[in-house]
Amino acid sequence: MTTPSVLALRQVTKSFGPVEVLHGVTLDLRAGEVLALIGENGAGKSTTMKILAGIEAPSGGRILLDGEEVSFGSLHDGEEAGVVMIHQEFNLAEQLTVEQNIFLGRELRKGLLLDKAQMRRLTREYLARIDCQIDPDTLVSKLSNSDKQMVEIAKALSRDARVLIMDEPTAVLTGSETRILFEQVRALKASGTAILFTSHKLGEVAEIADTVTVLRDGTLVHDGPARDITEDQMATAMVGRDVSDLYPDKPAAAPGREVLLRVEGLSVPDRANDISFELHRGEILGIAGLIGSGRTEAMEGLCGLRPATSTRIEIAGTPVSISRPGDALAHGLCYLTEDRKLRGLLLDKGMRENLTLQALHKYGRVLIDFSAEERALDQAIDEFDIRAGARTMRVGNLSGGNQQKLLLAKVMQSEPMILIVDEPTRGIDIGTKQQIYAFLRKLAEDGHGIVVISSEMQEVIGLSDRVMVMRSGRLAKVLTGDQITEDIIVRHAMGVGTGSTERVA
Amino acid sequence: MSVLGPVIALVVLILVGTALNSNFLSAANITNVLARSAFIGIIAVGMTFVITAGGLDLSVGSMAAFIAGLMILVMNAALPVLGVGIPIILLGMVVALVAGIAAGLLNGFLITTLGIEAFIVTLGSMGIYRSLVTWLADGGTLSLDFGLRTFYRPVYFGGIFGVSWPIIVFALTVIVGEVLMSRARFGRHCAAIGSNENVAHYSNVNVNRTRLLTYAMLGMLVGVATIMYVPRLGSASASTGVLWELEAIAAVIIGGTILKGGFGRVWGTVIGVLILSMIDNILNLTDLVSPYLNGAIQGVIIILAVILQREAKAKG
Repeated sequence: MTTPSVLALRQVTKSFGPVEVLHGVTLDLRAGEVLALIGENGAGKSTTMKILAGIEAPSGGRILLDGEEVSFGSLHDGEEAGVVMIHQEFNLAEQLTVEQNIFLGRELRKGLLLDKAQMRRLTREYLARIDCQIDPDTLVSKLSNSDKQMVEIAKALSRDARVLIMDEPTAVLTGSETRILFEQVRALKASGTAILFTSHKLGEVAEIADTVTVLRDGTLVHDGPARDITEDQMATAMVGRDVSDLYPDKPAAAPGREVLLRVEGLSVPDRANDISFELHRGEILGIAGLIGSGRTEAMEGLCGLRPATSTRIEIAGTPVSISRPGDALAHGLCYLTEDRKLRGLLLDKGMRENLTLQALHKYGRVLIDFSAEERALDQAIDEFDIRAGARTMRVGNLSGGNQQKLLLAKVMQSEPMILIVDEPTRGIDIGTKQQIYAFLRKLAEDGHGIVVISSEMQEVIGLSDRVMVMRSGRLAKVLTGDQITEDIIVRHAMGVGTGSTERVA
Repeated sequence: MSVLGPVIALVVLILVGTALNSNFLSAANITNVLARSAFIGIIAVGMTFVITAGGLDLSVGSMAAFIAGLMILVMNAALPVLGVGIPIILLGMVVALVAGIAAGLLNGFLITTLGIEAFIVTLGSMGIYRSLVTWLADGGTLSLDFGLRTFYRPVYFGGIFGVSWPIIVFALTVIVGEVLMSRARFGRHCAAIGSNENVAHYSNVNVNRTRLLTYAMLGMLVGVATIMYVPRLGSASASTGVLWELEAIAAVIIGGTILKGGFGRVWGTVIGVLILSMIDNILNLTDLVSPYLNGAIQGVIIILAVILQREAKAKG
């Protein structure tokens, strides 16, 4: 604590429009120290990192560089000051070589020509400093993920990084790749670089971090030496909010209800492995898990939207085979995508074309009955409370909440018996959320089976009768009743302390 | 603006044409313009669907030349067996349609199933068909047997109620195309795919099959156009159908269909075809500007059309 900080935030706030997402965050990055920033999705980690790197400006508070207040006008200013951020999605030109990438945008020149010899010498030096054996002439597209990570780090070195910020550097790495990365992180640390990284893998945090900082809902809830906090305590610090009455009441458990959907041995190549579960009539089954745990891919595979295999799928007791989305719809199984803008709605088209696209056959075998479509739109606007300025408005100009309601109306056009909704309330306001929750519960009460995939822990807990937790493409645990707590879900999703789970439960 | 633009341009052209030459609006001249528009027009209707679904086909001109050559070869070869008469004409028509559909399916298969860029696939097949017809004609011209040609001539030059066959076929193609595009599931699906392929896939639209159908349909229409074209000259050579693909694409874009896909209108394409052939006609009828500059004027119009389209989009 005696070392002065290289880069620090003091009571930094950030608002997007009227919504404040960071509420006065204070943290210190010190030379030769690794700080782990942890928190749930949406807790404000990315925003914090972007403010540190100068990608986004804070709305309030101060940024201190070597104790002096600074304001980074852009990413460039940040890099000038020696602050480099490595994004989760690599920022490398795949078709250029390692050397070309390291010097991209700041190539060394001798007169009009490139000074290739000097660049080659420096590239070798940077790579040697992080003990990395890649040939500078290799195309980046040929490198493994860990090697790409190393190139990013070498690039950071070439910019004389005093502060290195890494957004989930291990998310795309295998176990052995992670070990290599950590060796390099330790080397950088020893040479006096201040490092901040985020991770959902708490085991890694305990292994590499000197300081652990926990964000929850944009507020800093814990900040202290890593040796003073256990993984369990980290998980506890990340969770723990009240469930408000945002969610409709859950019905009492009714055992012996008909199994509407039985899935056995569902696998999606590289994404999900051997998943089996049952969905009952009238039930809302939540699927929790980290981003990348294969939740979406498994359900898309089930609905014929991507290649998948399974040993057996039964809908209402009848074995079915699903290889195309049309097969799923024919059996009353429908998937509502998590990405309403890129996979859900045609943003350039009007509401009518969007509403009926998935069930166009209902509006005429060959020729479309426009007036029937208009009637359906009237009904959907009414039933789902869609508020658009004008009926003919481009769907891209609707608000997120209204887009989501239209998307819900669109999938309901197929009259599914089983509805799988993926991130049904991402980025929409609380009032619309409540309407959507109420609608989903009503569908369940009317005898449908509902699956809700969500990264929002409160949503899974508040809405689900049972919760399926996925981790790394596998079904980690199915939770029921009192077991459905944020703490237990997080532990299973991250694969930590599951032994103690039984005790807690 | 984007709706009325092409219509206004067409009206202006008609007024200019009338002012410059009193024969412009004569029945003979109008028939001439329409009949010459028919080949490109029929192909452009098919092209409208391909482009609306986010595709492109550069091979149609070469394809037409190849089909024409093939048709002539088959008909000449069948002459000793079938003799001059309706059966041999029908045979030629079937050959043209089958070859067109097959060529379209091949393009479509390579683009959808193998996932190769439409531009590359059709650039390749453009070269292949052009080369094949040159080879079939041995570098020269393939000519339909004289007797056959005389018998076949009315398909281009004849008609009913004074309206020639190419115009009738063009009109029918347009009517069916317009209904298919604006009122049928097929057209809606094409627009959805061109607008956002992922959304279409997630909405249970069979993306590959729909795309394949647009190419097959275009191929078939190339066959239809060739059936109308062969009796006009009775021959095919390496220079048959040169640049038809660009004229067809230009007509589609001038008509207001979006080059990137997602929105298309068949009636607009008709306007586009008429604009292009009317410019040609006006230049030929008057000596104001050299007809050799026809291509330059068409080029300017194409670029203008796209600029107008972009501005309309920016506003809307």
